[in-house]
Amino acid sequence: MLNIILKLIVAAVIAGTPLLLGALGEILTEKSGNTNLGVEGMMYMGAVSGIAGAYFYEKAVGGNANGVVGALIALLISFLIGAFGALIYAFLTITLRANQNVTGLTLTIFGTGFGNFFGDYFGKKAGGSLVVGDAIKSAFQGVSIPVLSKIPVIGKLLFNYNWIVYFAILVAIAMAWFFNKSRVGLNLRAVGEDPGTADAAGINVTKYKYIATVVGGGICGIGGMYISMVSQGGVWVYDCVSGYGWLAVALVIFATWDSSRAILVALVFGALKIMRFYVELPIPSQFYDMAPYIVTILVLILTSMRESREHAQPKSCGTNYFREER
Amino acid sequence: MSSIKTEQQVPLVRMVKRDTITQKKTWTIRAVAFVCALLTGALLILFLGKNPVQAYMDMIQGAFGSSVLRQETIKVAIPLLITAIGISFAFKMKFWNIGAEGQILLGAIGAGYWGFFWADRLPKVILIIVMMLSAILMGGLYGLLPALCKAKWGTNETLFTLMLNYIALYMIKYLQNGPWKAPRSSFPKMAMLQPEARLTKILGVHWGWIAALLLVILAWIYFNKTKQGYEISVVGESNNTARYAGINVGKVFRRTMFLSGALAGLAGFLQVAGCDFTITETTAGGVGFTAITVAWLAHMNPYGMLGVAFFIAILERGCNQIETTMAIPASVSSLLIGIILFFMLGCEFFINYRLIFRGGKEVSHA
Repeated sequence: MLNIILKLIVAAVIAGTPLLLGALGEILTEKSGNTNLGVEGMMYMGAVSGIAGAYFYEKAVGGNANGVVGALIALLISFLIGAFGALIYAFLTITLRANQNVTGLTLTIFGTGFGNFFGDYFGKKAGGSLVVGDAIKSAFQGVSIPVLSKIPVIGKLLFNYNWIVYFAILVAIAMAWFFNKSRVGLNLRAVGEDPGTADAAGINVTKYKYIATVVGGGICGIGGMYISMVSQGGVWVYDCVSGYGWLAVALVIFATWDSSRAILVALVFGALKIMRFYVELPIPSQFYDMAPYIVTILVLILTSMRESREHAQPKSCGTNYFREER
Repeated sequence: MSSIKTEQQVPLVRMVKRDTITQKKTWTIRAVAFVCALLTGALLILFLGKNPVQAYMDMIQGAFGSSVLRQETIKVAIPLLITAIGISFAFKMKFWNIGAEGQILLGAIGAGYWGFFWADRLPKVILIIVMMLSAILMGGLYGLLPALCKAKWGTNETLFTLMLNYIALYMIKYLQNGPWKAPRSSFPKMAMLQPEARLTKILGVHWGWIAALLLVILAWIYFNKTKQGYEISVVGESNNTARYAGINVGKVFRRTMFLSGALAGLAGFLQVAGCDFTITETTAGGVGFTAITVAWLAHMNPYGMLGVAFFIAILERGCNQIETTMAIPASVSSLLIGIILFFMLGCEFFINYRLIFRGGKEVSHA
């Protein structure tokens, strides 16, 4: 019994990490007062560019590809391409003042097309499908941290994951510190709550919004790369992100815009995603697959029923800031 | 001395809201943006090492080349147009219904139940009417659900409607694998509809195109000439204004979202009974999302949507064509749609604002 629970938690962490990264990117974005509904799109962009980056690196160096270098390239490129998607969004909403919801949705349509198109295209060029070699694949498998991973139970529970899991948790903790303790983070929160006041206090609202949105998009891109490199094991699968980005947007609400709480929420939703392999109930498998979405709706309704002001979305989210039209 | 100082303080570019703009200028700006989008698409095709002119020519050929191809293009446009009209009901009151995909699927299930199990027991006319009403009801109820919660507790409708898409998708998968699985089939798929449950063709295409054209006119009248349409606009401008004016905002949410979902459900019925003759996971096939683009590009104007839906249909059919002729994956269509929409969203700025460059010379940028 303990063994099954242990396995469930480990699998939940692995399945929850892309959700965590997506949610963290969106938290950073929303803290600046921009609601970017393009998370799904940016994750697709990161997913395809990460795997393509590793693949082309492999091709360039021939047979002796280094797994670590390949992994770093995937990380960097997925971040940059995710950030590029967010940059389009930022330019349209911040500079050109387009509607945030529609621009975000467009980014999702665009990004989904971007991912599936380039996945198909490079796959066909590679002679079938886009796959990375074993050296890079193994760089994304779990690493047993020496000594620590040998501790019974805890070793398995905490010290046996792939490196992105630790990376994501570090990002979450760093963000929590950033928003609560650093001056820049507090400024950013001011921008998200009331850009007019922040502007009057001498904060460069446009700059803050741009940087937060673009970096947030990059983090979402890394979340996408996790899906293609870890969840799918280094093979491009058509439509592979399929809803993770949207769940991540929902997680932001459940985490009440708190990045350290996002770790816990992502774990719960990771568990919902893989529950079917560990908990046997007499229901068709499709109902298991529905579970994360049904739970999301239920939690959405519950949180909307007891609206608290302290744990709410940054107040200026959804509206663009025009200095001239205060 | 002081004049130099103020000179330095003038930024390089500043923007001023326009008071008025001529129709001609508006359309020029939009046309320029559209051409820029096509050029960006051309750059993308060039980047793939293909000839963009050839690609665009092939796309037009693929959409219009023969009467069969023209009919196919119209078939793609029908659900897109009807769903876009449905979405515009919700978007006009700033209710972000991005659940059309799920509402289409629920409509398909509603129609499929009668189509699969009652085809030999009801006369054709009655069968088709029952299928249609059932689809409208199912789609409408699926749209009503998030509106109920939004009206009562202010639940976030964007995510709610979106999650319903995935739930609908797994419902289809469940039906495919279990209760509605085609007899004697080793694959998890549903049977084909019997001829009695299929729509009659008029001029080569199922009659959905007439329904779509009628809906364009009806929706325009509803938005512009009725009290309910006016209420939608007021709620869209401001919930509080609507409340002060004595409008029951919750009721408008519920009524409008039922209609919005009902139209998507109707599109699902037409797709099943007129086009696919069965239900699969791809029955909605992204129409629910693309329709958002259609509605937004047309500024929620039903006549505009007619044009935009056609254009998008041409684009999608064209992209299928270049997949075969030029080995460019058909998924390029959503990439191109995304690019076009980005440009069209961006160009609105130049319609609402004009740029003034340093030096006093006023330039209205296109």
